[in-house]
Amino acid sequence: MSDGGSYYQRDRLWHPPAYTPGYKTSVTRSPQRALLSFDNSISEMTGPTFGHSIIGELDNDLILNFAKDGEPIGQRIIVHGRVLDENGRGVPNCLVEFWQANAGGRYRHKKESYLAPLDPNFGGCGRTITGEDGSYRFRTIQPGAYPWPNGPNDWRPAHIHFSVFGHAFAQRLITQMYFEGDPMIWKCPIVATIPDREAIERLTAALDMNNTVPMDSRAYKFDIVLRGRRSTLFENRMEGN
Amino acid sequence: MAQTLGHLKESASQTAGPYVHIGCTPNYCEIEGVFPEDLGTRMILGDVKGERIRIVGRVFDGTGTPLKDALVEIWQADADGLYPSPQDKRGTADTNFTGWGRSPGDMQTGEFRFDTVKPGRVPAKNGALQAPHVTVWIVARGINIGLHTRMYFGDEDAANAEDPILSRIEHRSRVPTLIAPRTAEDGMPVYRFDIRLQGPDETIFFDI
Ligand SMILES: [Fe+2]
Repeated sequence: MSDGGSYYQRDRLWHPPAYTPGYKTSVTRSPQRALLSFDNSISEMTGPTFGHSIIGELDNDLILNFAKDGEPIGQRIIVHGRVLDENGRGVPNCLVEFWQANAGGRYRHKKESYLAPLDPNFGGCGRTITGEDGSYRFRTIQPGAYPWPNGPNDWRPAHIHFSVFGHAFAQRLITQMYFEGDPMIWKCPIVATIPDREAIERLTAALDMNNTVPMDSRAYKFDIVLRGRRSTLFENRMEGN
Repeated sequence: MAQTLGHLKESASQTAGPYVHIGCTPNYCEIEGVFPEDLGTRMILGDVKGERIRIVGRVFDGTGTPLKDALVEIWQADADGLYPSPQDKRGTADTNFTGWGRSPGDMQTGEFRFDTVKPGRVPAKNGALQAPHVTVWIVARGINIGLHTRMYFGDEDAANAEDPILSRIEHRSRVPTLIAPRTAEDGMPVYRFDIRLQGPDETIFFDI
């Protein structure tokens, strides 16, 4: 199959719309005019690349990458999966960044005021680059749920934030991973910005006993899908290609 | 019923939330010692070709308040109009230029800043040249899916007039929302690109 065509159109009915009043902050931060659509040019079909050389040994180990005088408190987990495109192919050499609260639901951030304590041994950020088959993995502490100012009693389900680069700026994506079986998922106004229940289930990582390390860490499997690309077989080639 | 196509659906976007800087620019928010430096801080790695410029701006919400929890990324060609990406098969871009910048904005003012070079022109699919531009991507708390836009250059009237995207914008009064005026600061050319999420001067955002 020959690659090189435009990226498939984003399904705006699958993604959350900009204006979602149940998530109050979106009210003044949502564009109100129609988006301007145009076919990808080379500006959107290219994107930054990151070599494996930028990745330090502990970058994908949140249990150790901020440890000062011991290991962080909480349930040890491995998160693994593949970055795929919509054609089902693994996306290699793709930078994946992740951040999260600690086991008590507290972020290491100046503006965070939740009463749960900071963990002196937990920073809450990591990154990795996908392998040839699009696979990635990291080790961390299962994050806690936390309350947030929206309604008088809104809580976020346990989640991990992901930032993903594909091979093109058109594929740039930020999303969140939830945990199988968490009843808080269905009570969260941010989750509820996604109109399609199936889309929410696709963001929910499955408990993966086969990849669990016995007597050490449980595993969750989380695949991430980026936009796929048309074949150029029947499309005019870009100049110079 | 018919056969199934077997395509996967793109993972749904979720807001970057208030703590996107923890994950993307941890050193900026005082999580030190995990990564040696924040990615995207430096776009120029050495003796770079082209005119050095600075891009600054703020992101405003519908009440005119600047965001202080946004993350802005830019992607652009080098001075010769080549992208430092293996997907650009037209040639090899300047090896001292990354093409990609990321800014968490100033903690007090929310102002983002990129020290970069002025990009050259790149072709559209039909071969016509586009005006010099920078692709911009904005995420923040309250933004459910990253916003794509473009910055064009205020001192490129002729190129802007024939740009295939600018010239097809139906509401001409909105075109200036994509064009950054050129000023100067300490002898350095500065382009100011303010982004308005809502209101009469709402920036044009793209579905690309
Ligand atoms: Fe969060």
